Amino acid sequence: MSMSVIVAAASEGSTGEQFTFWTCAILSVIGALGLVLSRKTVHSALFTALTMLNLAVLYIANDAPFLGLVQVIVYTGAVMMLFLFVLMLVGVDSSDSLIETLKGQRLIAVLLLAGFAVLLILTLGTALTGTQSVGLVAANEEFGGNVQGLAHLMFTTYLLPLEVVAALLITAALGALVLAHRDRWTPKLDQEALSRLRMERYAETGAHPGPLPNPGVLATSNAIGTPALLPDGSPSELSVPPPLRGESRSRLAAETTEIDADVTEVREIAEGKETMRPKALRDVDGHTDLAEVYPEEKGD
Amino acid sequence: MPELSDFGNDPFWLVCLKTLGVFVILVVLVLFTIWAERRVVARMQMRIGPNRTGPFGLLQSLMDGFKLALKEEIIPVTAHRAVYWLAPLLSAITAFAAFAVIPFGPEVSIFGVITPLQLTDFPQSVLYVLAVASIGIYGLVLAGWSSGSTYPLLGGLRSSAQMISYEISMGLSFVAVFLYAGSMSTSQIVSSQQSLWFAVLLAPSFVIYVTAMVGETNRAPFDLPEAESELVGGFHTEYSSLKFAMFFLAEYINMVTVSSIATTLFLGGWMAPWPLSLIPGINSGWLPMLWWLAKTMLFIYLFIWLRGTLPRLRYDQFMAFGWRVLIPVSLLWIVLVSGLRAIREEMGDTSNTMLAVGAIILAVLLGLLLLATMRRTRVREPDIVEPTGPLSPQAGTFPVPPLPGQTFEYTPRSRQPVAGATTSGSQEEPDA
Repeated sequence: MSMSVIVAAASEGSTGEQFTFWTCAILSVIGALGLVLSRKTVHSALFTALTMLNLAVLYIANDAPFLGLVQVIVYTGAVMMLFLFVLMLVGVDSSDSLIETLKGQRLIAVLLLAGFAVLLILTLGTALTGTQSVGLVAANEEFGGNVQGLAHLMFTTYLLPLEVVAALLITAALGALVLAHRDRWTPKLDQEALSRLRMERYAETGAHPGPLPNPGVLATSNAIGTPALLPDGSPSELSVPPPLRGESRSRLAAETTEIDADVTEVREIAEGKETMRPKALRDVDGHTDLAEVYPEEKGD
Repeated sequence: MPELSDFGNDPFWLVCLKTLGVFVILVVLVLFTIWAERRVVARMQMRIGPNRTGPFGLLQSLMDGFKLALKEEIIPVTAHRAVYWLAPLLSAITAFAAFAVIPFGPEVSIFGVITPLQLTDFPQSVLYVLAVASIGIYGLVLAGWSSGSTYPLLGGLRSSAQMISYEISMGLSFVAVFLYAGSMSTSQIVSSQQSLWFAVLLAPSFVIYVTAMVGETNRAPFDLPEAESELVGGFHTEYSSLKFAMFFLAEYINMVTVSSIATTLFLGGWMAPWPLSLIPGINSGWLPMLWWLAKTMLFIYLFIWLRGTLPRLRYDQFMAFGWRVLIPVSLLWIVLVSGLRAIREEMGDTSNTMLAVGAIILAVLLGLLLLATMRRTRVREPDIVEPTGPLSPQAGTFPVPPLPGQTFEYTPRSRQPVAGATTSGSQEEPDA
């Protein structure tokens, strides 16, 4: 292959290059739009990750493999993952509220956008017209490789900015730690102290100190809200998990009568007084009427 | 030894062939690893393990795979469909993709084309493995989130926290290797270990890597994301059939991947171990694949051994170990290694001075360690009050049997004490 062919191929872009560019460009724009337009915050985060990945591929395709890989490791792998982490912790299904809490944020956003656009245009303009480009291949070869070249620049020309940015990042991390930190004023309750507390509470109020009884598993239902039955046949409210207790308190009596009815029914079936067809269905797809479940027997 | 310029020249059919080869090697290794794990753990627990299907039960995992793929698939109603589909794919694809830069051997001739036994390589290929692994974490986290259920969510969160934490120490353990190899490409790191393995030269890095790789693959004793006793099955609780099989596959491929990374970076890759390496010509042709396989299997055996031996860590202990021990130690080690390299490059060979300085540093460290242990032995005396006197069952405590030296006050209901029911024989016997 002669030199002129290579130059021609590079200026027009080979088929592979074209394919990579158009695929990644379209995908990253889709990701950027998805970030803004998604209702769910987790979807937004995923679209951001998509954009980051495609940008990384573009960096690699443009002879900057180190930048591309570090972008994936640091931004996609760590920063975006922490975002996801927080979003998931905050709420599995929390959608953004549409009420604006920051006053005048749109105006500020537009101003900032204008400032950013000016900076971007100026920088791009200087880079495109003012700077003489040697090309990445030549720049990479100067110090024997992409990583070596970057390291050389970082630790000579740009040493001070690098250190300043590092100090800034560390300050931000420490600031976050300090803001999130809360001093403990009382000693931490260990296992021993907790058990003592339980015993004291038992002595004072008679609160049960041991583990609570398991929920009951009965003929009609094995749901966690089903109360266990005490030896005298009365339902034990302690066996129901606290969130279900209030509701179940009113249902306890009803449940017991239903259970009694079921037991009688089963007994009758066993004694041959009754056929196996249910008299009433409580839970078949929300139907309570037998005729709805067995429509062909409507005429009976 | 293959050079970096030897890569990227393969014809298209050879690239396809190599890709297929990597795929087949991985799948077979996974099937073998599952079988080996069950057999070895069984032997450690005085059982036999699967021995019915095929010779020595070797076909057991293949049959299990078929069964798993044909099982009924249940998708929870609360699942977020698109993400639920995406998660296992992400996990499995990234697991396979990471293997593209693992060197299996030197240059060989495949149908007349001289080519290295490695799919591809480039100057930053170890970073590529880290990048692909960090995308793989998305599979786990998204699986946990999209299931729309609590246990998977907790498992997914745990796995993301765990893998990010341990990826840091993993990445730091690579730094010393990069410094000594002068390259981030897997094939060049292997070539630079011709005289001495980095596991010997950079032993602390090796230890840190081996610890981090167990954390990174969610294996026992660091298998907190799928702690059965706390989280049912972890992030894949709501997955079934082929989608679960994908996660299963990905987990075992990741095991093979981190094992072969350890082999490549620290144990000389495909090069024969020391006494064998003296035989001329042993490191050429197809034979080195055998050494690669043996070393990788050694690490896989280590995984199985750990699982058969160690109980699971508590979550806070595990995170504290990662952040307070592994990362600071790695950072210190990197500073030490780069300091030594810098001194050697600036001042030439100063072995004797360095040895002396090293001895002084070691002595100081030992002194500090001794001080720390002495301080730790000054334990606060526990203020145990020996209970004496009569014990009333209702006096501020839950009814418990009396301690030695205590007497028991009987409630009116229990007229007759049961013989031998109390440890103390000194109490007054109530009248019958």
